[in-house]
Amino acid sequence: MDINTPFFKARASEALQDANLQQALGNLKQGFPHKRAIAVERMPEFDALRDQGRDLKNHILEHLDLYLEQFESRVTENGGHVHWARTGEDANQIILDICQQVNAKTVTKGKSMVSEETGLNDYLEKNGIQPVETDLGEYILQLRGDHPSHIIAPAIHLNLEDVSEAFHEHHHKPKSDDPVTLMQEAREALREKFVVADVGITGANFCVAETGSTIIVTNEGNGDLTQTLPKTHIVITSIEKVVPTLEDMTLFLRLLARSATGQEFTVYNTLSSGPRREGDQDGPDNFHVVLVDNGRSEMVGSQFQEMLRCIRCSACMNHCPVYGAVGGHSYGWVYPGPMGSVLTPKMIGIEKGAALPNASTFCGKCESVCPVRIPLPKLMRHWREDEFSKHLTPKAARYGLGSWAFLAKRPTLYKQFTRLSSWGLKLLANSPFGGKKGTLESIPLAGGWTDFRNMPAPQGDTFMQQWKQRQNAAQTDGESS
Amino acid sequence: MSQQHTPQTASPNVGLFITCLADMFRPSIGFATVKLLEQTGCRVSVPEQQTCCGQPAYNTGDRRTSAEIARMTIDAFAGYEYLVAPSGSCVGMIKYYPELFDAEDPYQQQAQALADRSYEITSFLFDVIGIEALQQQLQQLTIPRTVTYHDSCSGLRQLGIKQQPRELLKQINGLQIEEMTEAETCCGFGGTFCVKYPEISNRMVSNKSEFINGSGADTLVGGDLGCLLNMAGKLQRLGKDNPDTLVEARHVVEILADMLDTPGIGEQDVRRLQAASSSADLSADLSADFALGTELKSSAAQSETTR
Ligand code: SF4
Repeated sequence: MDINTPFFKARASEALQDANLQQALGNLKQGFPHKRAIAVERMPEFDALRDQGRDLKNHILEHLDLYLEQFESRVTENGGHVHWARTGEDANQIILDICQQVNAKTVTKGKSMVSEETGLNDYLEKNGIQPVETDLGEYILQLRGDHPSHIIAPAIHLNLEDVSEAFHEHHHKPKSDDPVTLMQEAREALREKFVVADVGITGANFCVAETGSTIIVTNEGNGDLTQTLPKTHIVITSIEKVVPTLEDMTLFLRLLARSATGQEFTVYNTLSSGPRREGDQDGPDNFHVVLVDNGRSEMVGSQFQEMLRCIRCSACMNHCPVYGAVGGHSYGWVYPGPMGSVLTPKMIGIEKGAALPNASTFCGKCESVCPVRIPLPKLMRHWREDEFSKHLTPKAARYGLGSWAFLAKRPTLYKQFTRLSSWGLKLLANSPFGGKKGTLESIPLAGGWTDFRNMPAPQGDTFMQQWKQRQNAAQTDGESS
Repeated sequence: MSQQHTPQTASPNVGLFITCLADMFRPSIGFATVKLLEQTGCRVSVPEQQTCCGQPAYNTGDRRTSAEIARMTIDAFAGYEYLVAPSGSCVGMIKYYPELFDAEDPYQQQAQALADRSYEITSFLFDVIGIEALQQQLQQLTIPRTVTYHDSCSGLRQLGIKQQPRELLKQINGLQIEEMTEAETCCGFGGTFCVKYPEISNRMVSNKSEFINGSGADTLVGGDLGCLLNMAGKLQRLGKDNPDTLVEARHVVEILADMLDTPGIGEQDVRRLQAASSSADLSADLSADFALGTELKSSAAQSETTR
């Protein structure tokens, strides 16, 4: 997937003009957060669970190597294979090799953000293998040559008309705008794919060390068909998804469903523990897990370690007013919203990713809903520190900050400056810029503000000036009486 | 959540942190804060060595400058039992001070001590002083207004301020609180955010304006001037053609201190207009401002200037 993060501002601007997108985002805002609130309300111990989730994840990250090794040996004992991929390219290569070994022509895929991260679909296609997305949202995106704009509702940016057009073009059926008919069409089209696929690729929400199992959760059941029908099942997932026990997994499943969609539990929770054993009714003959690092092990022990607690629930983006205004595509790469603003610069470099951690008011809503209590604003601030110390902060901002800091560190000078500016702004408010309205409708060099709103003018002398006058007056009164 | 302190003395020695925006744009917020503190028996001083809390540097990633400013503020407020500011955002910044120093740095402990005794004004009045101290004064007020309260982000999520301003406002006769939809959603100000990403900020403040207008309130109240300037500026831009229905924006202390003789945030000053129209001269205009300033100097003149 192309990296468009440096164009965040321009893409955001387009997104703000896009009426369809704005409507879709409005629906999202009213949907998930509302359902989450109800689910949380119903569960008084939710906050205690969040603490448990945070602590457990911290423990896992402290012992990541141990749990990964345990996971690997269990998978092997179960008859499966674990592959370690340092980079995204490594992961793609490993998967291509497996596909070629079994002479695969088509592979069905369950939803996987990690495979978006590595650009797996393009890679397979370039090498003559046809990947077919089976999650309805992902399927629609694939038909349109589009990418997810949300981590659990990938096609949230599209409306019914977009879907209907895409289906009409690819299914060669009469155009319909009935959701049930469209769903049926997709089902029929996908059914054929499920049957002929040589390989099924899924992601994994968690990897369980004690049993060597991977689990995927879906609301459509497509994941089950993807991983049980083909002869070969490949799981592509990332190293921080490992959890010690099945019981630990259930803790995260409870946090995940409530935070994501407000469900008590996701509809399908499917565990895979290796290939089909003798006497098993179904299941693949070969089972592979590709564990992707792609920069994550560098985060362990760094100031960004806490980000590895993320369980990809999407609560942060569902509640983020910036995501809610501009949508996921504006972020320009795989992971959108607050979690993406921390993760993306790690993966594409702060040089390209700096727009994201800056696109936050630090309102803190994301942190307040995150089920594993990731301090997202703090981590975004760390990126800004990184940006600042590498001298990447835009010159104008740097100089502005520099001159402000010069004054802010010198109280006497600072007072003279505030005095002058408040006087200057007041003059301006009374000039043609303001038209005696008590506000300024445009200020030279402050177009960013006054393009969209008035700038209230200062009341009068600064507080410090007036306070001083008041104190002096009180003193004179005291002396004369 | 803000922890509760019990004042050590009957008349606590409070240092007022004025905040740079209130200092420049709306001194009446400072005077209202002083009035409220004095009404509850506090001794109020305004340390001269203060400038800004350092948030612009901190949020731009310039830790060194924020630490330097923090050191200055720590020194300026060293001798006060409390630091009180009419802004959750600036107090929120002061709560970050301990993070700016290494454990060995002597300022680390002082930073923690200052953070522990720093309060946003409504939280100070409600959580530290206790509503009883102010109840009588508030209950004597009659302010026939319908207000809607915007919960600013740092105050709400960092300091746990939600109930305090509302409980205080509820004491006033004739004052109704109408909650807007999404009172807790960010208004899009975010300090430098609104300048870095004006279009996104505009969308956020436009949504907010809709909620404010939809609440049916005649007055928008909040505890942070930054957010209030943002929302007032947008409300005025939107209400350009229909000034009669414009919702007036005010800092909560102006209401609690019954200092409503000044125009709402960003509204035209009638007195200044009158002065200006009589002479059409800018100097008259400015002297009218000066007169307004002198008027504000009326209350509680016994406070010391600085230490
Ligand atoms: S950062 Fe937190 S809220 Fe956001 S997706 Fe990850 S776990 Fe969910």
